[in-house]
Amino acid sequence: MDRLVELPFGKSVEIAYKSIRARFFRSLITTLSLVLAIAFLCYVQTGNLIAEAVLQHNGEEAYRILERAGYDIEPGATSIGDSAKQRWIIILSLLVCVVGIVNAQLMAVTERFREIGTMKCLGALNRFILRLFVLEASIQGLAGAFAGAMIGAVFALISSTFQFGSTVLASLPYTQVAATIGAATAVGCFLSLAGVTYPAIKAATMEPVEAMRVEE
Amino acid sequence: MTEQHAIIRTTNVVKTFQLGRHQLEVLKGISLTIAAGRYISIMGPSGSGKSTLFNMIGGLDKPTSGKVFIDEVDIAQLDAYELAWLRCRKIGYIFQTFNLIPVMTALENVTLPMIFAGTGNDEAVERGMELLRTVGLADRHSHKPSELSGGQQQRVAVARALANSPAIILADEPTGNLDLTTGEEIINLLKQMSTERGVTIISATHDFKMLNVSDEVIWIRDGMVDKIEQREELNISIGTIE
Ligand SMILES: Nc1ncnc2c1ncn2[C@@H]1O[C@H](COP(=O)(O)OP(=O)(O)OP(=O)(O)O)[C@@H](O)[C@H]1O
Ligand SMILES: [Mg+2]
Repeated sequence: MDRLVELPFGKSVEIAYKSIRARFFRSLITTLSLVLAIAFLCYVQTGNLIAEAVLQHNGEEAYRILERAGYDIEPGATSIGDSAKQRWIIILSLLVCVVGIVNAQLMAVTERFREIGTMKCLGALNRFILRLFVLEASIQGLAGAFAGAMIGAVFALISSTFQFGSTVLASLPYTQVAATIGAATAVGCFLSLAGVTYPAIKAATMEPVEAMRVEE
Repeated sequence: MTEQHAIIRTTNVVKTFQLGRHQLEVLKGISLTIAAGRYISIMGPSGSGKSTLFNMIGGLDKPTSGKVFIDEVDIAQLDAYELAWLRCRKIGYIFQTFNLIPVMTALENVTLPMIFAGTGNDEAVERGMELLRTVGLADRHSHKPSELSGGQQQRVAVARALANSPAIILADEPTGNLDLTTGEEIINLLKQMSTERGVTIISATHDFKMLNVSDEVIWIRDGMVDKIEQREELNISIGTIE
């Protein structure tokens, strides 16, 4: 006899999605630090793209314009890379974000001890629980990171029109901006998954009795 | 198989908890044989080890020593998959605190174990509705637990416990958080399942109403079996308790 319990993938997605919806506020808080960090990342990178476009289209004048806008740029430079300072700030903000996610997800796991234990009593395997948490984090990561990337890009565009005038919008490499948004979203998903790994493993390997013992 | 085969057998089950440097022996050698299809109540004072014994019987925790057999299979020998299968198909759990999944509707709560068991969605919904009808909550199927009263939540939990037609229902103080009449409803529901479906019911309780419907009462005291009484002997001893 085939003594296997199962949880079809489609059903897991459905449960994960419902769980997020039912705990919308909680999910929002978990995702908020991700939204902010990715918005920052995307803002900086889009800003660099814009500065680059300004550099290419304004010739000699560009150095002065960019310097006035606050870019560290040497006369004679032909491109704007991420500066070392920028890179450090971005890395730091992403790190803080992962720590925030781990923290929020650990709290979510603790809140859901009883629920997890009950599922195990109903026959859930460790990997069902793991999958549910990973799916929830993926959905949150995708939505939060995309929102953050859009916010960052839009913000960069708006602030650059103030700095360089609206003519800059005509000369922007929009495919590169789109690629930046895509990349930032991917980074966000990765961070979300990285942040949920430990909490999800903790939830999945919990013994059902441990879950039942938690007082409310 | 006859009606009387031992569906659960424990041999000398001991459970100790390590509390700092202390060793707390909660179960001190419990040997029981429980025949299929009976309604068993486990009575005993608070802290006597009833819940601990339940966790052992239900495969939720492992004894320190001694063995638990379900259908003559030693559950310590089962791997994670077989244990999950046992919890899913063979045993239905009912808890004092109901333990419904808060983000799911009544119907989704009842169908979840069926999904685990590999039942298709349509069939699960159909059987789930039927079970909710049995417990008198068909019209509340789309409500979340937070929108149901305690008694209603416990009835959903009874329906969920029956989802995969288990051979055994383990109920740890199912009426502990309910008022008298609602508690009685749950007890009657369990009794009905026992007589109609032949489910073996094992229920821990402080509730003397439970004794009226029990085929057998096991008294636990200080982690040991104090006495086991059959239905016929009960009336006499109830008189002396109250
Ligand atoms: N995980 C644990 N760690 C340490 N001690 C425990 C643990 N679980 C139970 N105990 C102890 O075991 C004893 C029996 O607990 P148990 O929950 O089995 O009692 P009970 O008979 O179910 O009581 P009640 O009727 O109040 O539910 C108690 O003294 C309790 O403190
Ligand atoms: Mg107890």
